[in-house]
Amino acid sequence: MRLPRIGESESGMNLPGDINLSMALCVWRRNFTVYKHTWVTNILPNFFEPVLFLVGMGLGLGVYVGRNMQGQDYVAFIAPGLMASAAMNGASFEASWNMYIKMYFSKLYDAYLATPAQMQDIAFGELLWGTTRALIYGAGFLVVLLGFTLAERPILTSWWTLLVPLALALIGAIFSLMGQWYTTLINTIDLYSYYWTLFLTPMFLFSGIFFPVSDIPGGTTVAWFTPLFHGVELVRGLCQGPLELRHLGHTGYMLAVCALLLWAVPRRMRKRMVK
Amino acid sequence: MAPEPRVSQAAVTARSLRKSYRDFVAVDGIEFDIQRGECFGFLGPNGAGKTTTMRMIYRAVPVSGGSLAVLGHEAGRPMADREIKRVVGVVPQEDNLDGELSVRENLEIFCRFYGLSKSEARARSSELLDFVNLSEKANAKVMELSGGMKRRALIARGLAGSPQLLVLDEPTTGLDPQARHNLWERLFALKRKQATLLLTTHYMDEAEQLCDRLVIMDKGKIVAQGKPRELIEREVTRHVVEVWHGEAAAPALPPEMQPLTRRSETLSDRLLLYVDDGEAAIAAAARHWPNLETRLRRSTLEDVFLKITGRKLDE
Repeated sequence: MRLPRIGESESGMNLPGDINLSMALCVWRRNFTVYKHTWVTNILPNFFEPVLFLVGMGLGLGVYVGRNMQGQDYVAFIAPGLMASAAMNGASFEASWNMYIKMYFSKLYDAYLATPAQMQDIAFGELLWGTTRALIYGAGFLVVLLGFTLAERPILTSWWTLLVPLALALIGAIFSLMGQWYTTLINTIDLYSYYWTLFLTPMFLFSGIFFPVSDIPGGTTVAWFTPLFHGVELVRGLCQGPLELRHLGHTGYMLAVCALLLWAVPRRMRKRMVK
Repeated sequence: MAPEPRVSQAAVTARSLRKSYRDFVAVDGIEFDIQRGECFGFLGPNGAGKTTTMRMIYRAVPVSGGSLAVLGHEAGRPMADREIKRVVGVVPQEDNLDGELSVRENLEIFCRFYGLSKSEARARSSELLDFVNLSEKANAKVMELSGGMKRRALIARGLAGSPQLLVLDEPTTGLDPQARHNLWERLFALKRKQATLLLTTHYMDEAEQLCDRLVIMDKGKIVAQGKPRELIEREVTRHVVEVWHGEAAAPALPPEMQPLTRRSETLSDRLLLYVDDGEAAIAAAARHWPNLETRLRRSTLEDVFLKITGRKLDE
């Protein structure tokens, strides 16, 4: 019997929603190839950013906050949440400007669409890549936090830290999908500034990274609807414990939102590009 | 490449094929058959519906009405569309090579979409670079290529999946004459290999040189079809006398020339006289208009288009 070759449209290879995984991997591979060209330039900021935040806010502002953050150093309190937000940013860049450029300026998706790939495969491939970028961003952070921990600034105090990459991937997937959703709605690249300032920045500020959301009236209720809050709680739980039943809830919430968006976004993307 | 399981002579069959957008009909019920191994042309001005027809054939846009079969697969169902996309190669009108990759990487990445392994993609890309004479530019970035080289790179990319049908949308638009001939030469090489080629153009000379058969499109409809020379001889006369009057008003046709002239067209700067006996007509014209420039030439597809639509191709 002849083994199926990747790219042949054997029906078994398609995921639900007529998404062909091998086509999606081709799209991922292209992005990875481009990333490899400039990875040295690209990867360094991933380390500068956490160091700057941790030193500036954690150590600087932390002097005034003292150990009032649920008995923790301020730097230890904010570090897991900052890592979660780094994953959010990594995925969001890919799903917004970078995706829009490929859709409308460089016309790369038109080139993909002339191959056996369909738009839903392309969207899924970009989702895989956005998740990869989130992991790369988050991993930079993780390395820096490990350095802090070893330098007797205990930030990573639980062995569950080993599962942090999975949480970062989940955050990457959810923000890739939300960014793609927004991308299907807009007609000009300038509208991403709204996505950033009215959606991502407020989430960065009010998802429990810098202070417990319960400290402001209604904060918990509002935060509960934002995916970053669940990501921050999950990453903090894995890094520092104790893990409780509510962490399963945070994970379940994110998985459910991912599933819903995964059903809707590739379809919308296809409607947008193929007409 | 595995042989096509469903044996069918026609590469593409369209019946009452339509494409409409909200308030605009781009393709208005066209019918044509393209045979395997032939070079088939779509000639027409910008906006005639050529590109939309091509995009329907390579399944980048849905069909609004009628039927379309490509290489034995009925377009429209998801599995059939993927199958069509796998066996049709595309050379788009616009340069959409990947600017962030080298020429070789462009080809290797696209080969992978057709199921080639990494080493197969590498070998295939070398072959393709060689075929389009770009081996020396393999490691160049796309932006370092000239217009003609980019177009050849696009042809190489279109051939990545060893297609059974290659669709070329205005392959030579915007190229200088030398690059154009260079590209034609590559297309002739494909023709010699009995490839099925489908091309759109608004250059009549390109259509006449390359196409075995063609259709002329205007405003979403097919207005004429056939072999280039037959079409010309059927629709217009063999020869044309051009009388150039420039800025001055067009001269009237003198009685002595009327029996020689089957039909005449008045353009802004010249009079076209469609004649059967070119020698006699040019002699008479030179006698009658000693102060105007008169020329005898063979009729072209442009004349066919002019006769049918009353407009020039580039208007």
